[in-house]
Amino acid sequence: MKYVCVVCGYEYDPAVGDPDGGIAPGTEFKDIPDDWVCPVCGASKSDFEPAK
Amino acid sequence: MRPVEVKKDIYWVGAVDYDIRNFHHYSRSPEGSTYNAYLVKDKKNVLFDTVNAHEFDELVKHISEIIDPESIDYIVCNHLEQDHSGALPRIVRLCKPEKIFCSPMGLKSMTNIYDTTGWPIEVVKDGDRIEIGKRHVTFLETRMLHWPDSMVSYIEEDRVLISNDAFGQNIACPQRFADECTHEQLLTAMKGYYYNIVLPYSANVLKTIARVTEMGLAIDVIAPDHGVIFRTPEDVAFVLNSYKDFAAQKPMKRAVVVYESMWGGTAKMASAVADGFEAADVPCTLINLQTCHCSDVMTAMADASAVVFGSATRNNMPMANMMACLANMKGLRPLNRVGGAFGTYGWSGEAPKMIAQALADMKFDLPAEPLKCYFNPGADDLAACRRLGEDVAAALKAKCGE
Repeated sequence: MKYVCVVCGYEYDPAVGDPDGGIAPGTEFKDIPDDWVCPVCGASKSDFEPAK
Repeated sequence: MRPVEVKKDIYWVGAVDYDIRNFHHYSRSPEGSTYNAYLVKDKKNVLFDTVNAHEFDELVKHISEIIDPESIDYIVCNHLEQDHSGALPRIVRLCKPEKIFCSPMGLKSMTNIYDTTGWPIEVVKDGDRIEIGKRHVTFLETRMLHWPDSMVSYIEEDRVLISNDAFGQNIACPQRFADECTHEQLLTAMKGYYYNIVLPYSANVLKTIARVTEMGLAIDVIAPDHGVIFRTPEDVAFVLNSYKDFAAQKPMKRAVVVYESMWGGTAKMASAVADGFEAADVPCTLINLQTCHCSDVMTAMADASAVVFGSATRNNMPMANMMACLANMKGLRPLNRVGGAFGTYGWSGEAPKMIAQALADMKFDLPAEPLKCYFNPGADDLAACRRLGEDVAAALKAKCGE
């Protein structure tokens, strides 16, 4: 499932992951470490909500 | 200054700040700045953005030359940083607007900064469109260009994009339009602004430009909130293409040597590193952090993909201005760079390694080992510095495809 950063609108897509942030493609949002931050604005994982 | 008509019944009513040299307390603005606000005269009179609080009188003076400020119906706040919203409380009191528009994130900032009790705020979302008489205004959220609340306003019938901070430049001058300045003069100011403010959000810049292109928005005028306005097809293309170039951060065959010295040894090393670049036919600029600001380094990086940093070691670490320079650069997230590190020492010499580590963390390519010299570099040391310059130059040229 895709998740959206409520601060800046960045969308996390599990198919893409966040390779620059150490998250491999195919990683579900729930499996991302808690200290991961939004690659665009730096907001924390808890600032994400499921995409509508 | 006087108000200036941008298109029929669309006026610049902002303020020119010839005094400001410290922009937002993180970037120098050697040529001052402007706070652009725009007034549209229609069935509903609309003010787009305001000015810094201390320029309130100037804003009101300009509006008053066109209409009675009390006849302003709508105020649009594209972004809430105080250089654009500082005059808002007094303007709201004076104009008693029927509506104040802002983005969803703008509401959060607006109610946080100001006492908005009784303000007729209307939140607009991405793509919302309002009618103001003969004209329609569409709001596009441009989050992280360069704040979460940032949005732009597009006036459909006139094809005018009020772009807020995007495409801004810190210039205080009597001219209001890009076609009254040279592109060379503008580019310097655009680069300084982009590299010190917009750079970390380069991916969003490209996404936004692609989106505007996909939407097929015809744009005759780009009117930013700082600097001059782009109103000819050539200048609109010039500013859009410049932003695409800045955002792409393609390798550029120029170098900068940034240094901070205590007793002159690191300065000698810096000069020798620069000689190495020049021997390899790569133009090189020297920046001394004792006399220049860390924002000058970022501006120089708009033309240079190789950056070598040198600091004397003081108390087991780089000197304070160098630490600040590296921290400032880290936040601005430059990409695609080649670098190196050097410096003198009195007894331990940790600075070059620490600098190299900081650059590695920023994903710089580091083709040579950090270089340290004892106190007052001799002929062999300076020869090693020249080699450092040559090695980084070779890596830069490879990056540039030579």
